[in-house]
Amino acid sequence: MIEATLTQVMQQDRGRLLAALIARTGDFQRAEDALQDAAASALAHWGRAGVPANPTGWLLRAALRKAIDAYRSAGTATRHRAAMERLAQDEAADPDPGAIPDDRLRLIFTCCHPALEEKSRIALTLRSLCGLTTAQVAAMFLDAEPTMGQRLSRAKAKIAAARIPFAVPGPEDLPDRLNSVLTTVYLIFTAGYAQGPQAGLDLCEEAIFLARLLVQLAPDQPEVEGALALLLLTHARHAARVGADGQSLPPAQQDRSLWNAAELAEGLALLDRAVARRRTGPFTLKAAIAALHCQPVTDWPQIALLHARLHDFEPTPVVRLNHAVALAFSGRAAEALALIEPLAAALDAYQPFHAARADVLARLGRGQEARLAYDRAIRLAASAADRAFLEARRAAVI
Amino acid sequence: MKYMCLIYSDPALTPQMGEKMNAAYFDLNRRMKEAGVMVAGDALQPTATATSLRKRQGKVETMDGPFAETREHLGGYYVIDCPDLDQALHWAAQIPGAEHGTVEVRPLVVFG
Repeated sequence: MIEATLTQVMQQDRGRLLAALIARTGDFQRAEDALQDAAASALAHWGRAGVPANPTGWLLRAALRKAIDAYRSAGTATRHRAAMERLAQDEAADPDPGAIPDDRLRLIFTCCHPALEEKSRIALTLRSLCGLTTAQVAAMFLDAEPTMGQRLSRAKAKIAAARIPFAVPGPEDLPDRLNSVLTTVYLIFTAGYAQGPQAGLDLCEEAIFLARLLVQLAPDQPEVEGALALLLLTHARHAARVGADGQSLPPAQQDRSLWNAAELAEGLALLDRAVARRRTGPFTLKAAIAALHCQPVTDWPQIALLHARLHDFEPTPVVRLNHAVALAFSGRAAEALALIEPLAAALDAYQPFHAARADVLARLGRGQEARLAYDRAIRLAASAADRAFLEARRAAVI
Repeated sequence: MKYMCLIYSDPALTPQMGEKMNAAYFDLNRRMKEAGVMVAGDALQPTATATSLRKRQGKVETMDGPFAETREHLGGYYVIDCPDLDQALHWAAQIPGAEHGTVEVRPLVVFG
């Protein structure tokens, strides 16, 4: 009973507690250790005296005391005297988490710093801000728990050794750094979208939680609004992704009655807000593309235009490919093929590349080549539903 | 906190250290000194001038050439003193060599 309450509080408030502790100790690992010790202490104390009225406040206070103790016992008391005094003051002031400024924005920028490996950014964000256990984060990547534990430790060690600052970047750096944060959130979402809910954990929900937190903590940022809009517009359609016959369905062919109307409406409203700020970026563009896919009649020329603009921000093979697909659907198959062919080396292992190429070849009347391309796509299909869709497309080639 | 910025470039792709490049480096040195971040900085002569040395079981072995035959060669370095990594990266981004090569930014060990 006590354990369940503690687990719940730790999962919900981990981000806020950790951020507050890092702000006060100046050290990620120290903050985590202090929080861990406080949780262990809670188990003992709450067991005897019952759960306190303000469990989060109790944990913060206990963690501050643990941090002071750790400084003392490490024998580094003299060197860290200033830090210890500050901590002692904070602890004596009876902290109430409601009153403490929310430092989670600094925390998420730190976790998503470009100096950390992308996988480590995702892992650290999930652990620190979403309160996932190391085991849960490991499961997401199909890693063993000790391996993920080591990865997290190395990331925190790098933050300390290289002195990655616990700060929100200044205006000069903000666009790139924000893009790094939003990309991390988006990668969490796409992993969740591919995996589906696992063992009571839905990474799509975690990603949406992070995006909402960012909208709250970093208001008036069109890219942040665009990112949340993108997640909501995509998530709105997830119940309709696979048809009754087990085939993957593109948005135009989905049963719209299965779409989540509330998420759709919220996503579209956010997109309007983002666009009204007149500062376009990659996430706003991706959200706009997602919104166009939600319309009853797909405006492919407009989608093609947006992909071309997206390519200015993200000149990657995948964006090029999606641009080509939109061109093909707009009736410009020859141009589409000219864009697609040079991507062969970069995207050889990417199923949508072969599927797109097959579709374009079919439109140009090159049926035999189209069928061969579909064969390659089918071999790379990640799910039975995708395979069924591709096999049906192949069968339809004249 | 001190960081070393190691400047690597592929000699096949690097423009010669002509006047324009020199001027760019001198300008950076001046700005770093004015900002109080410059601790040290030097250009290295090409890897053809390098000699590598090892001592194994008391015996010294010397070899012609750099430690590793890589496509990108170490051409120079800076040591800068900055409050955090973001500031160090700001300065590293201004190193002319970053435009056609790679700059590695690594913190120095603090002893004691």
